[in-house]
Amino acid sequence: MNRIQPQVSGLSSEFFDGCNEGVLRLQHCKSCKAIQFYPRVFCKVCSGRNLDWVNASGKGNVASFTVVRKALTEGYKAPYIVALIDLKEGPRMMSNIVNCEPELVTVGVGVRVVFSAWSDTLSLPVFELSNEK
Amino acid sequence: MISLRGKVALVGAADSRVGIVPDLDANELCADAILLSLADAGIDKDQVDGLITCNSMSKPMLYHAEAMAEYLQIFPRYCFAAGAGGGTTFSILHHAASAIVTGMADIIVIAMADCLSSGLSREQSLLVQSSTGHPQFEQPYGPTVPAYYALIAHAHMAKFGTLPEHFAEIAVACRAHAIQNKTAQMRDPITVEDVLNSRMIADPLHLLDCSLVSDGGAAIVMTSAERAVDFPHPPIYLLGVGEGHSHEHISQAKSLTTSAARESSKQAYAMAGLGPKDMQFAQLYDCFTPTVLLELEDLGFCKKGEGGPFISSVGIGPDGSLPVNTHGGLLSHCHPGNPGSMFALTESIWQLRHSAGKRQVSNANVGLLHAQGGIMSSHTTLILGRDAS
Ligand SMILES: [Zn+2]
Repeated sequence: MNRIQPQVSGLSSEFFDGCNEGVLRLQHCKSCKAIQFYPRVFCKVCSGRNLDWVNASGKGNVASFTVVRKALTEGYKAPYIVALIDLKEGPRMMSNIVNCEPELVTVGVGVRVVFSAWSDTLSLPVFELSNEK
Repeated sequence: MISLRGKVALVGAADSRVGIVPDLDANELCADAILLSLADAGIDKDQVDGLITCNSMSKPMLYHAEAMAEYLQIFPRYCFAAGAGGGTTFSILHHAASAIVTGMADIIVIAMADCLSSGLSREQSLLVQSSTGHPQFEQPYGPTVPAYYALIAHAHMAKFGTLPEHFAEIAVACRAHAIQNKTAQMRDPITVEDVLNSRMIADPLHLLDCSLVSDGGAAIVMTSAERAVDFPHPPIYLLGVGEGHSHEHISQAKSLTTSAARESSKQAYAMAGLGPKDMQFAQLYDCFTPTVLLELEDLGFCKKGEGGPFISSVGIGPDGSLPVNTHGGLLSHCHPGNPGSMFALTESIWQLRHSAGKRQVSNANVGLLHAQGGIMSSHTTLILGRDAS
């Protein structure tokens, strides 16, 4: 059984195409320079409609996390870490922290993005512990 | 703005059987609760001219309120179904009160039921509830409902030094209340150690930090304060109500540790002209133990960050200074999903009627009820009292 797949829409395709190319892309407001996630039809800061995309650093810190001991579906193998990541550029996103023992994760710890295959055609951003604060 | 203070009253209340009820489906349980609430109010179904329901997960119907009215053969002039997760009940009550004051209906029934235990498999129940997550940017990462609340719990622990023991005390207090309620699903006493030793579901939440999976339904009857005096039971008045809606997806919350319960309670207190110290009991939404801790803070019962020590020092069990969830709550009474806070409402009516029997809070004249839906997303606070003024 597969993990849950996101449905790629027209607006979000720029984000998911980036994931497949190994780049974390965020929406950027040309008027007020705000950077936002998830993608919207307008800027949530100034309500401007003139948006493009920028490449994010892929660096961030753990805002909070949990170790899921009872998996959501058979597509997920417990234990796995679900976390909220505060990206260096500002926005917060949900993701998984991978390639580490759950005991090493704490609130505030530094992480960096890596991309993980979710299907034959789609990769998603997940995070690894970095040694940076 | 028109104040609703003292303008409407609750005149009927009933729970269906709760816990494991395999012989009735969600809509049959809903009808059962409605008939019981009408009997409690001493009225015939033909007197009902307003019906508000919430769809079930186990037996959904596209036009739920209309279908329930048809089932019961009532023909209201005000009829709709709403859904805002666990916050639905009190939010609906806010709408119903406004509808009565503006003349849209004279006698409104609010009813809901679901069968998360008998009507869905364990896996279906888990999946349907976790679909509250963002379909593109949250759900793919496999968050379960406990996981969403665990994110809140860890953030609170990191920021304020809250301990798993503090969360566990909430589960213990709810169980202590449930022991005195013979309709509660879980009535064996538990200790803090029992909670901490129960299976870890999503760190730091243990099995006993999580609410139950139940069948059950409840209904209430509401009318204007003028009409309410003609019913058999003493009317219970709405003194204050307020709402706050801050986000739907937890990754978009403005804060993980402060919720829109602040905004909802501020409005409710202002309308009632009362504050947290005036409450003889509180029924706080307890889908998971950390929810109660954040609510105690955001509703002003203690300062932000001091929820843990407050629970330890003041006590929220039957012998505490602030009894919380006197029926046992979602943690120990029953939790059939969205209808969950209906039982906090019926319990509050009985407490304020002084008919709660063994678990009666002495001198219960005013109580606060709070529910939230989504992941600490949509909040409604109610203040109910025995007297209209
Ligand atoms: Zn902008």
